[in-house]
Amino acid sequence: MDLMKTLVASTAICAASAASAVELEVTHWWTSGGEAAAVAEFAKAFNETEHTWVDGAIAGSGGTARPIIISRILGGDPMHATQLNHGRQAEELVEAGLMLDLTDVAEAEGWADVVNPVRLLDACTLDGRVYCVPVNIHSPQWLWLSHDAFEKAGLDVPSDWFQFVDAAPALKEAGVVPLAMGQQSWQTNLAFGAIMVAVGGTDLYVDILTNKNADAAASAEMTKVFEAFAAARLLSEGSNVQDWNQATNLVITGKAGGQIHGDWAQGEFQVANQVAGEDYTCLPGLGVNEIIATGGDAFYFPKTDDPEITAAQKELASLMISKEVQVAFNLKKGSLPIRGDVDLSAANDCMKKGLAILAAGNVLPDGVNSFSADTDGQINDLMVEFWNDTSITVEDAQARYADIIANAD
Amino acid sequence: MAVTDAGPATEVAKRPSRLFKNLASKIAAVPMVLVALVIFVGCTIWTIYHSFTRSRLLPAPEKWVGLDNYERLWGENRWLISIENLAIYGFCSLTLSLTIGFVLAALLDRKIRFENTIRTIILYPFALSFVVTGLAWQWILNPQLGLQNVVRSWGWESFAFDPLNNAEIVIFGILIAGIWQGSGFVMVLLLAGMRGIDEDIWKASRVEGIPAWKTYIFIVIPMMRPVFVTAIVIIASGIIKVYDLVVAQTSGGPGIASEVPAKYVIEKMFFSQNLGLGFAASTMMLLSVLVVLIPWAYLEFGGKKNG
Repeated sequence: MDLMKTLVASTAICAASAASAVELEVTHWWTSGGEAAAVAEFAKAFNETEHTWVDGAIAGSGGTARPIIISRILGGDPMHATQLNHGRQAEELVEAGLMLDLTDVAEAEGWADVVNPVRLLDACTLDGRVYCVPVNIHSPQWLWLSHDAFEKAGLDVPSDWFQFVDAAPALKEAGVVPLAMGQQSWQTNLAFGAIMVAVGGTDLYVDILTNKNADAAASAEMTKVFEAFAAARLLSEGSNVQDWNQATNLVITGKAGGQIHGDWAQGEFQVANQVAGEDYTCLPGLGVNEIIATGGDAFYFPKTDDPEITAAQKELASLMISKEVQVAFNLKKGSLPIRGDVDLSAANDCMKKGLAILAAGNVLPDGVNSFSADTDGQINDLMVEFWNDTSITVEDAQARYADIIANAD
Repeated sequence: MAVTDAGPATEVAKRPSRLFKNLASKIAAVPMVLVALVIFVGCTIWTIYHSFTRSRLLPAPEKWVGLDNYERLWGENRWLISIENLAIYGFCSLTLSLTIGFVLAALLDRKIRFENTIRTIILYPFALSFVVTGLAWQWILNPQLGLQNVVRSWGWESFAFDPLNNAEIVIFGILIAGIWQGSGFVMVLLLAGMRGIDEDIWKASRVEGIPAWKTYIFIVIPMMRPVFVTAIVIIASGIIKVYDLVVAQTSGGPGIASEVPAKYVIEKMFFSQNLGLGFAASTMMLLSVLVVLIPWAYLEFGGKKNG
């Protein structure tokens, strides 16, 4: 008991002497060039207040970082703020009462009015309470095309997925791999989602992701999607790369005709000094329908007992969503801002296409927001197996997919 | 008083003498015994219990679902492929590293020159972690950088060797790296065992005119039984937990062709946030170890009691 008292007393003294300036440890997995520059904008803005940003970058992708972050929170050694993809990943942590409730900040600043699309805020909300700050929008449904590769084959750059498929034999003849694809399972699943929107249409996509309608997953329209996906897997023969940026690099160097990948791929084109429209073309929604799904990143704030830290956490939350910081951050990151009322005239061609779609409200839910990590993992497994093993028939794959959707949560 | 107390007093004095015999060593063993009971047995029971629950990101002991997790596990293609891969990898790895290790040890045992140097070179791969081994072999087996490219540059233009991108044989690509890493260690173990064989046995076999290879197979190998058991246990535990080698070389690809059970467990527990399913898979791994271990232990130790 005495020890307890001493500890409490010394904590109180520390807190008192530190006044209101505190250090907040922030973990994230933004370590590549553009990403690190973007997160430095957050740090700069936060350091301009009386508080200090302690950077806790975790190398590796979200797959590596997420288990570390979650086990630190569960293990009683939480950071003060952390990046996670909004949606279902942190659901159980919120339910277990480990995350700070940001509802008062959100209501005071009217987040519900400024966040566009509103779905992003919904993904942060559980039982009417807000638990995270969305900071950017990333959309997976883009087709990236190499002008070089099509020139080699003597073709015009296609304007949608179907033209791309028609052009594939000529690309092959010219010694170009038509479609670059990294071997990791989430990349195959991403391509599947993109083809699903392009071939199956948005109604089917929403019906399966939002309503988890197993009948829709077993329908004839869905068979067409699987057939298109089966045709696409033949186009990627010869692109034996692992990581997505290696696949993007094949497109940059003209060794591959195109890649289906998220808008974060354009950071790679930028680093390689390529210009949108001249060296490469980006087609949102694979050029078929002008529509994007809105995934992205959000920050969560694990609960602490220290009121000073809680106050600083809330300050950081409102800073991240503020106009100036949103612009500075997203320009560096190459992602879209989560509020519609900011000026992004400095954005490049591809970002502007995304902004226009966003302004028109043509947005879809993202897989990460709709499915639990478990279901998402099952679909990943199925897609990567189907993509790499051509002996699996369309019927088999679709039956297994419908089964996963029927049991999805 | 003194007389009546004498009886119980001597008894009291006797009892501790039995309990506290070798006190120091017993005290020294207590932490290990506790660790073994709490960490190994306790956590194993905890894991097995939770494999029957619907635990997702957090353990949920109250959500009992019976055998659901096991049903899903054995219905999943990825798990079946993992098991199949482990069986192939395990069988080949065990036989090949024992054979190669024994042959190398026997060759070194012939009192050759520079034995120390050669032994060090062969043992060297063991000093590398599986991750480094995996990466190195990923590069060696890469068709654009490694072996295939080198052979083609020698003039054999049609040479094709690309195991890591061929789903049919990818597990053998991993096996090559595993054996390269492990057989040096087996060699050193067996060599030590051979050095323990009495020189007189060799003299006797030479007098009888038995060829060296026959002496090895019919005399030396049976005498080295304890060393072989040690080597097999070490290799087998390495086989069951193989994970980092696969992650570094193929990440389970192409597709899911080189998945292994340990990788399945890790990914289901931490990436898919499905603890229950991961626990079910790890329980199956434990079970498969026990299926092998129990008959062996019964033969090994049960036999000794009778004899």
